[in-house]
Amino acid sequence: MIDTTQTEIELDHESRRLSVTKPEERFDVQGDMSDDERVEKAMVNFAKDFGRVAATYMEACIHCGACAHACPFYEVSGNPRHTPIWKLEPFKQAYKREAGPLAFLYKTLNFKPKVTVDELKEWQELLYDTCTMCGRCTLICPMSIDIATLVGTARHAMFHAGLVPHELYTVTEKAQKEGSPLGATPSVFEDRIEWMGDEHEVEMNVNEDQADVLVLMSSIEIQKYPESMAATAKILNHMGKSWTFRTDGYEATNFGMLSGNTGWQRDMSMKVISAAEKIGAKLVILPECGHAYQALRWQGANMYGKPLPFKVQHISEFLADAVDSGALKLKTVNKSVAFHDPCQVSRRGGATPAPRKVLEALGLDLKEAESGGNLNFCCGGGGGVITIHRADSLRHGIMANKFRQLDATGAEMMVTSCSNCRQNFDESGEELNWGKDMNSLLELVAENLVEEGKR
Amino acid sequence: MTLLDFARGPAMQIAIIIFVAGILWRLVGVWALRQKKDLSEARQTGAWVGGLKGLFVHAWPYKPFVPKVGAQYIIGYIIHLGLFIVLIFGTPHMLFFADIVGFTWWTLPGGVITAVAVITTLALFVALIKRLVNPVQRLISNFDDYATWFVTTAPFVTGLITNMNMWPDYETGLAIHLLSVWLLLIYFPFGKLMHSFWFVVSRYTTGSRFARRGGMA
Repeated sequence: MIDTTQTEIELDHESRRLSVTKPEERFDVQGDMSDDERVEKAMVNFAKDFGRVAATYMEACIHCGACAHACPFYEVSGNPRHTPIWKLEPFKQAYKREAGPLAFLYKTLNFKPKVTVDELKEWQELLYDTCTMCGRCTLICPMSIDIATLVGTARHAMFHAGLVPHELYTVTEKAQKEGSPLGATPSVFEDRIEWMGDEHEVEMNVNEDQADVLVLMSSIEIQKYPESMAATAKILNHMGKSWTFRTDGYEATNFGMLSGNTGWQRDMSMKVISAAEKIGAKLVILPECGHAYQALRWQGANMYGKPLPFKVQHISEFLADAVDSGALKLKTVNKSVAFHDPCQVSRRGGATPAPRKVLEALGLDLKEAESGGNLNFCCGGGGGVITIHRADSLRHGIMANKFRQLDATGAEMMVTSCSNCRQNFDESGEELNWGKDMNSLLELVAENLVEEGKR
Repeated sequence: MTLLDFARGPAMQIAIIIFVAGILWRLVGVWALRQKKDLSEARQTGAWVGGLKGLFVHAWPYKPFVPKVGAQYIIGYIIHLGLFIVLIFGTPHMLFFADIVGFTWWTLPGGVITAVAVITTLALFVALIKRLVNPVQRLISNFDDYATWFVTTAPFVTGLITNMNMWPDYETGLAIHLLSVWLLLIYFPFGKLMHSFWFVVSRYTTGSRFARRGGMA
């Protein structure tokens, strides 16, 4: 664990996206360690979670380079260094030299030289700034290699070597110390719930001792899109659910996972798991946040060490089920719509049909974008990339492509179900004069509930 | 002992031993690694069906990728099919195997095999040129990529020379052809030729992992 850091920089609350105030002051190396120690820690932590699956992927690459053509970053930069599998090169080398079945040969004959700290520093940009772990590269790979998972594993190494981009490190440290990467501490959370309750005249349930449903929020929602809280409450009240927010377990984002600190990832997941257990929740609803879905829905049980004693749903899945069962009746909105799939919920999460069901229930005419649905282009801001200022020009380039794809559908309205994607659309939209708004699926539903006796 | 005796005798035995033992070593070396069980609640059952599906869906790129990598896949198929056809349906090759397995099978006319071998060799050169010229492939290539190309191409070239009777001394030429094949077998376990096995393992792994989640891989 790194105990000294040089990243005591304030958060930028004015900006449209989650980041720090002085990005130009860069401290991308954390802690006091010798170069050898950094490499050593990187290798130990890389190997720690390295199992059969990761080894298979390391072995299987045939260096065909196809993955470059699926990567939104390569698409914009045309830089061969942004080829997805190249982002793992030092770790592929380390695997072959230290861990693979032929390690004894590679080591004795020095076929694969030892990874150096300079290489790791050079690769920081590739592992953090230019990969959102969207997994589109897996689709094109003839060997079906899950590069995104390997990037996640490589980030474990980078974190423990103290080589995280400093904005991402700062928000992660904040999340670990304060319970939120964006300053949404428990008391801030409670204040904002109260504010939204008053503003929207909706009953808010906070810190109930018992409830069937625990609702989580991401700091992005709490701080930038607080209407999400009111919208969720309104829908759950409308359905007569027993639900609550808990100030001891509310933060859905997991910057431990994004930055590569498994210990912190576990701490962050355990907070919400414990809160859910305490109130006897049968269901935990995740907010409109992609990586949060990945963290709790697919990695939560593995952090907990046993199957979770409750069901986990992304809000879009919950809404789709409610529409399906007839528990939720919605007004018809006569508009055409384009939907941006958050990669962690759709392609890598499996909930692709859910938002489509909800859009259909709203009577919206869905215009699928080119390479849409599971084949969707990532917004370029996930995986912590949006926090990193160095990545701005690439991210905006990706967004320019994204805007083009969505505009080409000719749809009147744009919708997504990830607030991180949404803040990226808002920030880039302003930067690139898109002139359109990215709407939240959840808020759209909340605005169009059919009240009893009315139609 | 002539070179041909050596090629047909000890060289072949050594090559086969390294080939088989090396492959087993490498496969077992990976399979013996522990793998933590995924404790997340599966969205759906039948992960193995997804694994099997994964073997086939990645045999051709998804639609949006076809304009970008379709040609590369076609070159790949020409090389792989060419290798298979020449190896199995070339009469001299069949007779060589028949000696070992004890039965014969139908083969293609010599002219067809020669044509297939020429096309495959050309495809191998196209692949090499692409690797040298394409900035992405050039960057990510290492010794293994070029060594693999060499040991795969050499049997085709020496085989064609043998077939066309262009060696100064036929027997020595035939020996060189055999030795080039043994070189392929010896190199096989150490480099990316192992993808003949890994493609099944890797595609199945991803296919089954994502089948239990839903989504797409």
